[in-house]
Amino acid sequence: MKNKALFHIARRGELPWLKAWLIRGAAILLALLVCSLLMVLVTGLNPFDVYATMAYGVFGTARKTWVTFQKLAVLLGISLAVTPAFKMRFWNIGAEGQVMIGALACAAVMITLSGVITSNVVMILLMFIASLAAGALWGFLPAFFKSRWNTNETLFTLMMNYIAIQLCAFFIILWENPKGAGQIGIINAKTELGWLPSLAGQQYLIPILVVAILTVLLYVYLKYSKHGYEISVVGESERTARYAGIKVERVIVRTMVLSGAICGLVGMLLVGGTDHTLTTTLAGGRGFTAVMVSWLAKFNPIGMIFTSFLLVFLQLGAKEIASVFFLNESFADILTGVILFFIIGCEFFINYKIEFLKISKEA
Amino acid sequence: MFEFLISFIPRAVMQSIPLLYGSTGEILTEKSGNLNLGIPGIMYVGAISGVIGAFFYEQSAGGNLVPFFAITIPFLSSLLGSLLMGLLYCFLTVTLRANQNVTGLAMTTFGVGFGNFFGGSLIKLTGSEVPSIALSATSNFFRATLPFSENLGWFGQIFLSYGFLAYLAIIIALLTAFLLRKTRTGLHLRAVGESPATADAAGINVVRYKYLFTCLGSMIAGLGGLYYVMDYANGVWSNNAFGDRGWLAIALVIFTIWRPNVSVLASILFGGLYILYLYIPTGTQFAVKELYKMLPYVVTLFVLIIVSLRKKREDQPPASLGLHYFREER
Repeated sequence: MKNKALFHIARRGELPWLKAWLIRGAAILLALLVCSLLMVLVTGLNPFDVYATMAYGVFGTARKTWVTFQKLAVLLGISLAVTPAFKMRFWNIGAEGQVMIGALACAAVMITLSGVITSNVVMILLMFIASLAAGALWGFLPAFFKSRWNTNETLFTLMMNYIAIQLCAFFIILWENPKGAGQIGIINAKTELGWLPSLAGQQYLIPILVVAILTVLLYVYLKYSKHGYEISVVGESERTARYAGIKVERVIVRTMVLSGAICGLVGMLLVGGTDHTLTTTLAGGRGFTAVMVSWLAKFNPIGMIFTSFLLVFLQLGAKEIASVFFLNESFADILTGVILFFIIGCEFFINYKIEFLKISKEA
Repeated sequence: MFEFLISFIPRAVMQSIPLLYGSTGEILTEKSGNLNLGIPGIMYVGAISGVIGAFFYEQSAGGNLVPFFAITIPFLSSLLGSLLMGLLYCFLTVTLRANQNVTGLAMTTFGVGFGNFFGGSLIKLTGSEVPSIALSATSNFFRATLPFSENLGWFGQIFLSYGFLAYLAIIIALLTAFLLRKTRTGLHLRAVGESPATADAAGINVVRYKYLFTCLGSMIAGLGGLYYVMDYANGVWSNNAFGDRGWLAIALVIFTIWRPNVSVLASILFGGLYILYLYIPTGTQFAVKELYKMLPYVVTLFVLIIVSLRKKREDQPPASLGLHYFREER
């Protein structure tokens, strides 16, 4: 016996949640340590100063705090949207496109109907319907092909992203204002038609509230509804689901339509609620970040509040470091990457255990 | 028309080379069962690693660059950068069995950030006195063509007007096709991607194959980034200039239904589609150009759908694509 294994890897049963979260916490701490090391080595800055600056960038002023919550709401909203599909192991990485197409539909209603409709309520209602429908369509297409012909959904949704983005680019130039500007500018700037109203003087409050309600609804939907149960059965095993009489094709299409519709809603919140314009970078990669947020929280909507906060904190914090220490903003992505690697890696220690074998002398 | 082709084809080819590297790398990776969505990030890392290597060499050598070093230093540092990324991906997905989609997306975030961060602050960090990263001296070596190619008229323009990395891309793609189709190693690799359990039972070392070919794939993809910055962009780094070419490379993998030899021509088609909008006379309708940019993705989508409709077994994605393998979980 020359190659006697020194250890053996076995699957764990369910780890108590406290222990699991301790492992994750340790991973995050370790990641912060590595990030600090990186900072010292690369930039020569004091990491404590840097982290303090990051915290200031996120909560430093009332305005910054509102921005933080608004960004949190958007990322959380998209993460919620992708979650039902992920739970049934449908790898939808097309949230970016679904948000963009929802945003496009919303902008289309705001621009083309601004002369026809004068009531803000009717306008917002139409925007809502258009965005949801557009997002749902973008979710329906890959699901339809997946359920009928088993077309690879990861690649399908990836392509749909760029189709949506280019459609946006097309309409942005079509509707550019003023002519030749290459951008739309603020839509209905004078009339504020179709703008979501401010609540208690806060423009961002409505989007935040909508996402908060959505979080609770989705939690209940996934955990307590029949649909939610069907989703988890399909995710665990398609064969079991079929045997139990669940119409898998229908569940896939229904869930993806829901996913797409929620993405469309977020697109509407972005155009109607905060930005009041349409740009090709409106989603800004958050459709992809949402995949990680959802997965890190183990597809639990409540857990996603924390994971999306972690990512928003890193992004906004790093933006602050960038301006204070004259560093490049992309440092945020490096930090995010390192922290994600650690969290992704630590899942192994939650799901598996390593048993060291005693080495006997006579071997 | 002929005039148009002579100016259009070389530009399409120059667009195609990064895509060809990326898709060849991703095909190798996917054949081992790993869906590496980190390719866009890896291509950024490959590019910036080459830039860093060249930057330090240019700084230390003053004005007198030795051609041999000016090419090998960026080349090797690019390979090293993307190899490290490939190792990271393998460690997370193969050894630690993490979800491939999530790992890949995290790698893309990290890689793009890494590239833009060092590209944007290399000068400040090293305290050197150049205004921007313009490695034109190094780039000249990468862009060098055969001395007589300019005397050959249209033939030279279309076939001989590129730097050596362009020809290397085609050679690597053809070699990869040969490896996959005609060799025992390729057969084993495909077995690992289709059914790792079967491969394992047949005595193939699944983990070794996954590591080896995913890392090799990363290194090949990284060269695409190096070509882009050193040859196409004349050694000038600008943030985000590489754009979404990494994703387009992944699209190309599907478009060619996992065949690197088809990729050689298909990448030129993609490259052509990518810049077609520059040649379309649209008059005042600038918006239409944006629709032309959509073409590569729409075409890929159709191929994806048609392939799944036809259900031909040799056209399908590797069966275990995206799944991790654990011997005790069968």
